[in-house]
Amino acid sequence: MNKLYQLSIHRAHELLERREISSVELTKATLERIAEVEAKIHACVTVTEDIALRQAEEVDRCIANGDITLLAGVPVLIKDVICTKGIRTTCSSKMLENFIPPYDATVMKKLKAQKAVILGKGNMDEFAMGSSTEHSAFFPTRNPWNLSYVPGGSSGGPAAAVASNEAIYALGSDTGGSIRQPAGFCNVVGLKPTYGRVSRFGLVAFASSLDQIGPITKDVTDCALVMNAIAGYDPMDSTSVSYPVPDYTSCLNRDLKGLRIGIPQEYFVEGMQEGVKSALEAAIKKLKELGAEIDWEASLPSTKYALAVYYIVAPSEASANLARYDGVKYGFSEQKASSMIEATEKTRQFGFGAEVKRRIMLGTYALSAGYYDAYYLKAQKVRTLIEQEFEQAFEKYDALVTPTSPTVAFKLGEKLEDPMQMYLSDVCTLPINIAGVPAVSVPAGFVAGLPVGMQIIGKPFNEETILRIAFAYEQATDWHKREPGI
Amino acid sequence: MKLDRKQVEHVAWLARLGLDEAEIEKFTVELSNILENFEILNQVDTADVSPATHAVPLQSVFREDQSSPSYPQSDILTNAPREEENCFKVKPVLE
Repeated sequence: MNKLYQLSIHRAHELLERREISSVELTKATLERIAEVEAKIHACVTVTEDIALRQAEEVDRCIANGDITLLAGVPVLIKDVICTKGIRTTCSSKMLENFIPPYDATVMKKLKAQKAVILGKGNMDEFAMGSSTEHSAFFPTRNPWNLSYVPGGSSGGPAAAVASNEAIYALGSDTGGSIRQPAGFCNVVGLKPTYGRVSRFGLVAFASSLDQIGPITKDVTDCALVMNAIAGYDPMDSTSVSYPVPDYTSCLNRDLKGLRIGIPQEYFVEGMQEGVKSALEAAIKKLKELGAEIDWEASLPSTKYALAVYYIVAPSEASANLARYDGVKYGFSEQKASSMIEATEKTRQFGFGAEVKRRIMLGTYALSAGYYDAYYLKAQKVRTLIEQEFEQAFEKYDALVTPTSPTVAFKLGEKLEDPMQMYLSDVCTLPINIAGVPAVSVPAGFVAGLPVGMQIIGKPFNEETILRIAFAYEQATDWHKREPGI
Repeated sequence: MKLDRKQVEHVAWLARLGLDEAEIEKFTVELSNILENFEILNQVDTADVSPATHAVPLQSVFREDQSSPSYPQSDILTNAPREEENCFKVKPVLE
């Protein structure tokens, strides 16, 4: 470790606090790193160099007066689905290519209150719909571990940026795996908090009953630090929950004695790579060595229905949420039309990409007269059964452990023409959004030079336990210390 | 469940989503394939199950009705594709 951009948040904080480095130095180093590797990785939609340096100078003045918080002066990349006041927020869509939000998302207000340094906005699948970041309307992001491979998605830009040291950490969003799957593919830590734990105000809506914002970081300690900053009730989001926010760093210890961990068999699915399976088995043995009780026979029998439930519920909600893009108040607007309706149709035809259209069609169909009962209502009933199975499992176990994805990263273009194959890469992550429980992906090995992620699933509003398990595992292994040679 | 061309056109109309010829053909095939994968849900007995809404047990959330300043009109109109006299301007709605 010899470059400033390689620092974690907690390490950077120590050096800033002791004034061994300044925020301007750290920010410049990170911006130079972006300039060095961005042409290969393509993680950023917008880089706000001027804003970042101005913020860094301001933080340095505060630190000189002894005023420092844990995230102060540390550069962060924000997924381009989170509204940033005065900074273009595109959702990697032609529809919002020039949209400049007049307000900040609540998480941005919270980061700014801690004097975080905003580096810019991270690339993603358009409107967070996708698993590879190839559905960005601008350009695909590359996996830093092998540039011919995808970084995962939809938070592929933020995950690839943290992995390649273009940012010290990032914020992503996760509707069916969009933080965890790219974190797994890129060898970084990604947490989807419990639904309601982090405010969604200012997160451009995709599927409102499933979306959550969460951290993408270099290690588990950083993940806990970011959670300390962003978790909590927000009057602007009526689905956020006024449950006390603990200090997430206080639960990080190296001992797992007394914890019961279930391994749900259904997640070791057909089509799973042998290398991923053996990496997970080795990781689980490590958890046992650390003191956890492992039950290899845990079962969540309705897992096989989760993919169908998700791809009915999420597109249904998306079709309603994306109805707002009509070219009137903001966003792309096609004017070559003779009527309001024709202008709306053309605006949406030319403003949305293929995957977004596919999901709007799917969701509109599932909600339409005559099909609502067969699809949407049926899916929501099966969703109840999936939620109940998680509740029952958590009567027996403190956490569940699965692979984050059945395979390591795939090649660019490999699944682009086959939507069902693309959807299957989220088969291990989307049941967690359906149930609304928290889960974290941590680095757990490599197959042929590509990272494997381990997913640790917890009880609602008990992020502490999964972070504790993640931390103990991380401290006993060195996967998270490996960096791609870029 | 197989979708035919007419259904695809109807759904696109409901969504106010313009589609070209190639897209209509593509979606007719693709959406049918995806819907076939959903048939697995017919295996599940849900006769006595209530539908979920979302994952947290919150209902009818209220807050105090306090007034606070709104965004300035100029801020909101900044992103408007077309405006006139401080209003959003649209194409004719009535023929």
